[in-house]
Amino acid sequence: MSALPVLLWTDVLAWLLVVLVAGYGAYCSRRPHLAAPWWRVFQAPAAMMSAVVLVAFAGIGLLDSVHVRPALEGGKGGHSVEALSMLDLALSGLRTRQEKTYSAPLATRLYQKETVELPGGRQTRDYPRLRHGGAHLADEAQATSDILWRAAAGFATALAMWFVAGVLLKRRLSRRHPDLAWTHAWLALGALLVVAGPVAALSAGGWHVLGTDKVGQDVLFQALKSVRTSLVIGMLTTLVLLPLGVFLGIAAGYFRGWIDDLIQYLYTTLNSIPSVLPIAAAVLMMQVYIDTQPGLFPTAAHRADFRLLLLCVILGLTSWTGLARLLRGEALKLSELEYVQAAHAFGVSHGRILGRHLLPNVAHIVIVALVMDFSSLVLAEAVLSYVGVGVDPSTTSFGTMINSARLEMSRDPVVWWSLAAAFAFMFVLVLAANLFADAVRDGFDPRVRIVARPVGAKA
Amino acid sequence: MFAYVLRRVLYAIPVLVGVNLVTFALFFFVNTPDDMARMHLGAKRVTPEAIEKWKLERGYDKPMLWNERAEGIDKATDTVFWRKSARLFVLDFGAAEDRRDIGAEIRARMGPSLALALPIFLVGLLVNVTFALGMAFFRASTLDFWGVVACVAMMSISTLFYIIGGQYVASKLWHLVPISGYGEGLSAIRFLVLPVLIGVVSGIGSGSRWYRTLFLEEMSRDYVRTARAKGLAERTVLFRHVLKNAMIPILTGAVAVIPLLFMGSLLTESFFGIPGLGSYTIEAIQSQDFAVVRAMVFIGSGLYIVGLLLTDLSYTLVDPRIRFQ
Repeated sequence: MSALPVLLWTDVLAWLLVVLVAGYGAYCSRRPHLAAPWWRVFQAPAAMMSAVVLVAFAGIGLLDSVHVRPALEGGKGGHSVEALSMLDLALSGLRTRQEKTYSAPLATRLYQKETVELPGGRQTRDYPRLRHGGAHLADEAQATSDILWRAAAGFATALAMWFVAGVLLKRRLSRRHPDLAWTHAWLALGALLVVAGPVAALSAGGWHVLGTDKVGQDVLFQALKSVRTSLVIGMLTTLVLLPLGVFLGIAAGYFRGWIDDLIQYLYTTLNSIPSVLPIAAAVLMMQVYIDTQPGLFPTAAHRADFRLLLLCVILGLTSWTGLARLLRGEALKLSELEYVQAAHAFGVSHGRILGRHLLPNVAHIVIVALVMDFSSLVLAEAVLSYVGVGVDPSTTSFGTMINSARLEMSRDPVVWWSLAAAFAFMFVLVLAANLFADAVRDGFDPRVRIVARPVGAKA
Repeated sequence: MFAYVLRRVLYAIPVLVGVNLVTFALFFFVNTPDDMARMHLGAKRVTPEAIEKWKLERGYDKPMLWNERAEGIDKATDTVFWRKSARLFVLDFGAAEDRRDIGAEIRARMGPSLALALPIFLVGLLVNVTFALGMAFFRASTLDFWGVVACVAMMSISTLFYIIGGQYVASKLWHLVPISGYGEGLSAIRFLVLPVLIGVVSGIGSGSRWYRTLFLEEMSRDYVRTARAKGLAERTVLFRHVLKNAMIPILTGAVAVIPLLFMGSLLTESFFGIPGLGSYTIEAIQSQDFAVVRAMVFIGSGLYIVGLLLTDLSYTLVDPRIRFQ
């Protein structure tokens, strides 16, 4: 009895996006003038390092974007009502090793006193041992040495993998493309492995590396699950934003006249609405719709997924204006140039001029704008989820993690690890995205090429 | 100039009408008053009578756009659209779910919002310009490099972390200021110090990096080269020539934001319990009080348009090359 695949909307779109990016990559690689800016990007150490980090995050996100309903154990036929992703299955240890409630990172005991029965029948209030964290140890005094040994083993494995990657990949790649920053890619990989190795080794040994939350769920697992939500919001929103922004922006700049007026009116109106409010309004509306149509969604995962998708659509609908305004300005400039006038003189149709002459020449602006938008969308998700108009409460995201962690900070003694985990993951993700975006902007900025010339180099 | 201003003001009207129609469509067609009633009365077991009563109390029982049963002009005015949406133009916002007048509430909450947003704005501008000037002065040096790195790192931290972290350190660990709350008059200051500080710090990253770019752009202009060629000291060039010219985009950009300061800041206000418009909006969103959200959307877009108008005007006032057209 095999598992039943589940097609969630965001999964399909996420993989579609991967295919699109791969297709774009293949298209570029055969055209030197399109590949050139990307070469420039990957010559920058910061870009290469952040790209490695982003690829690692994307890997987690994509693993988490293949959902199945596993077959029920023991029974004949029938599948679990719970849709699990590949990541859930790969980390089923982390997912199922649930404690009773809060426990600190790498703790052996719960964070809350409970009535414990002593041998001999007496009862006392004490911190009980965890069900999983360090449960394999007979004596808690061994905890530190166990943790150190496991961490050291994980660290050693990570180092070994790092060197193997250095020998097998780095050398070969640097021989093929010596001008790219492979050394830095390798260093970033090393940093990732050195962190991930011990963490993986400890988690496999039953420890909760980042502690557990209120219902006893492993915080590390939650943080890993949140990565997908962030990526989906950051990437799928662009799928909505891109066609709107590109088409309306270029059309406004090219056709001018009443079309320009209309499109300008449209984006001024949309822009003038303070951004949280239409999102809040739309999400509240959609929630009503989802609640009144329960038949549409077979599992809770479908419902949460639909809401995530709608959030992306709404974010996309409210954030295409910036891109459109940029492209309008550029199209205004370009449509004055001789080659566009020549195309007119030859009787080329409007559609062809837009698609073949204007679109390729604004593509760099589109790419830079999309990459720059990513990090702000990830940050926006956290804020929206905090306000209560973000993802479904059952979807793990950095926003929902922060939201629940907020109350934990006012507990005494303070529960800090949920917040710290969300902070660390989000910070690394957004920082990598920001650094990558900077490098992309530098690589695609036509002014960089001018500066690179010997004359006027002082800028 | 008067004609120019008038034309810009007239241009604002269709935009406001558009906003009004969009919000009306969102709030009354996508989601009918019946849905709203069900959401507020809770759960699915709501009697139709209860829904009708809820709608009647709030005036949602009327026809949407055209009242067939009314007489004369009332055909258009005795409708949900006229009563709930069009009345926003005369700043009549109606009543919130708790029966309180939204207009009065907004007037009362504007003060605290401004008391928070204005210092953040002014101090933030000062701090960011100072940092940016510093980085521009030491451009292409180690200091500049690490300055930019720090900016990018600070940009990568969510505002939520600044607020939660700041609150924890300053209020809970060090007991310097109260965690949240608000006071009348001067006593408000001790409640405002921390939020203002956090607001300023969280804006440093993106603000100073952006201003640094503006300064560097300005520094590659010909007049700067001329000034250097005259033998002026770098300090003089930076402060007398570059600063003045780079302030044009900075100030005109800032002018666009000023009207929106009235809206307050959603997160800071709600975390620090400051009774401003930002926390009002958040509370309305969380309690699904559509009348308040609608009012805030309308005010927000109105203020945004005022900001656009002020930006255009300030460009023409500051930069003599731009004329009124």
